[in-house]
Amino acid sequence: MSKYVTVRSKSHSMLLDKKALIISIVLFLFMAGIMSVSIGIGELYISPLEVLKSLTGTGSGMNDVVIQQFRLPRILIAVMAGASLSLAGAILQGVIRNPLASPDMLGISTGAGFAAVTFITMFSNQSNNLKVSIGYLPVAAVLGAFGMAALIYILAWKRGIAPVRLILIGVGLMTATQALTTLMIILGPIYAASQATIWLTGTVYAANWQDVNSLLPWFLILVPVLLFFSRTLNIQELGDEVATSLGHSVHKGRFVLLLISTALAGSAVAFTGAIGFVGLIGPHIARRLVGSSFGAMLPVSGFLGAILVLLADLAGRTLFSPLEVPAGVFTAAIGAPYFIYLLFKNHG
Amino acid sequence: MNGIIQTNKYKTVFLFSGSILLAVFMALSVVLGYTDTSWKTALEAFTHFNGSNEHLIIQNARLPRALIGAVVGVSLALAGVLLQAITRNPIASTDIFGLNAGAGFFIVLAVSFFNITSLQQFTWLAFTGAAVSAIAVYLLGSAGRNGLTPIKMTLAGAVIAAMFASLTQGMLVANEKALEEVLFWLAGSIQGRKLEWLYPVLPYLLIAWAGSMLIFRQLNIFLLGEDVAKSLGQRTIVFKILAGVLIVFLAGGSVAVAGPIGFIGIVVPHIARYLVGNDHRWVIPYSALLGGILLIAADISARYIILPEEVPVGVMTALIGTPFFIHIVRKGQFK
Repeated sequence: MSKYVTVRSKSHSMLLDKKALIISIVLFLFMAGIMSVSIGIGELYISPLEVLKSLTGTGSGMNDVVIQQFRLPRILIAVMAGASLSLAGAILQGVIRNPLASPDMLGISTGAGFAAVTFITMFSNQSNNLKVSIGYLPVAAVLGAFGMAALIYILAWKRGIAPVRLILIGVGLMTATQALTTLMIILGPIYAASQATIWLTGTVYAANWQDVNSLLPWFLILVPVLLFFSRTLNIQELGDEVATSLGHSVHKGRFVLLLISTALAGSAVAFTGAIGFVGLIGPHIARRLVGSSFGAMLPVSGFLGAILVLLADLAGRTLFSPLEVPAGVFTAAIGAPYFIYLLFKNHG
Repeated sequence: MNGIIQTNKYKTVFLFSGSILLAVFMALSVVLGYTDTSWKTALEAFTHFNGSNEHLIIQNARLPRALIGAVVGVSLALAGVLLQAITRNPIASTDIFGLNAGAGFFIVLAVSFFNITSLQQFTWLAFTGAAVSAIAVYLLGSAGRNGLTPIKMTLAGAVIAAMFASLTQGMLVANEKALEEVLFWLAGSIQGRKLEWLYPVLPYLLIAWAGSMLIFRQLNIFLLGEDVAKSLGQRTIVFKILAGVLIVFLAGGSVAVAGPIGFIGIVVPHIARYLVGNDHRWVIPYSALLGGILLIAADISARYIILPEEVPVGVMTALIGTPFFIHIVRKGQFK
């Protein structure tokens, strides 16, 4: 029996890795499971039956409001942001050819964070209210992410982009941006400081349908584009020499991939704040499950990223109730032990 | 590599002038600032103290600030020299490798959850944090097939730094009171520190300074490569552990007093090597002086950028250091 399933249509054909297909389906079901559990659990417990009723439009007053206005958008944002961050990390790990690369290490998230904090500080008045609509915050964050990525790219350019230079410049700029972010927090009122800290940690708290509607187009466009480029990623991972000898235009490919990665990370961070470590762990686990061929690995890391953020948010809402802990704290708390585990595994 | 200062005679002369320069900067740090004071007032504050506002500021704020600035600057620069030498990584430093973040995390943890305020305990917490980071970065960086490469170690450092940063932020979200208390400290600042903060760490820092000066010969041999050092009879593992302990003292001690101040540890060793070459007999004292001078200079400028408020000195060093950092990376000793 073959390892692959063949899919043919009139103009296209492709091979699907059976194992990856099965794992993807399992992960998808798992994700759907957590989503439905997550809708019911929280400050107000709603039974699965009631949840189902509400989703099909036959629910009753209070439950409807909680589910449709608060929990559903929050869960959808968690899924999209988690998947985007994980995919962005998968791209960076392929391009830089190092399993420790991720959007938070490369300063893309910190760039967005700096822009967001500057926005909060600059537009807060004496009575702690924003002078402009909070709806512009994601715009500022996306601009910050792209600005940072562009700066890193330009500064790392020296007859082409060497991955090593890219990551080192990224790490340096990240450290500097963190200092500037702290400066912005100090300059602003203390109320803005706590707002900014929550944002920097990353949370899906208070997500609404407007957020979902803004993030959805990014997600729906970028993910198919990325899957189309998974072949480019496979070639990039072979290294510059091999890729060039295969006729691949290395720097052009790298540019497009970095652009997609920045757009994915930037759009996610814009709505959730800088949730860390998802872009690092998601692709890592995916590679362990299905190997490093990107066609199989990308969907799996997407699902894993979504699951990670869903679980982190669920834990943040319920474990220390009534206190809400930002999801970013939990992703960092999962990320750390996971890395120590990897460490011992590699040594043993 | 030879530096631009060639002979030992000139190196000694410049080292001497460097110490004078450091003293001048410390004096400037005492005189300059938001409250206008003259050299005469500054001198009188020590000879004919009259309890006036200016005299109080000079005795209780400016002088401790200058002294702490010098001590922290020297320590961070020495930590950078040692770290760059034993990892053979030109951008190694305690901030890039997450040592500062680790020390910061442990202190914030203590402030917000265990209500610890004793300076003695802060010191040990900072040491613990720096040591945990150092060990984690070393293990993470040397895991895998090719062993310890600069890029892997840098990334491992970034991962550890990011981890401690998000955990610190998480704690501050849960505890707004702690946020107010530690915010300025977290940015790295030597403003408003009392000399009493310095006393508990000073013995460790002095031991580490002396230790760094004594191991210059071993550092020079180690720079030839670990294998060569071994074949010349150096017990490289013992040496690395010893250097690691010195680095932890230097970084942890600095963070306990001044918070995580970045880029001094990266930039200063490069300037020192540019001046005197690769011989650590000279690199170490030159770095120490330059570190003190640079941090005090950054601190003085931090008082004037957004008058009447002050910028934390950690932000200033980042602004000064980043272009330099980019230059080092672009010069491209990485392959």
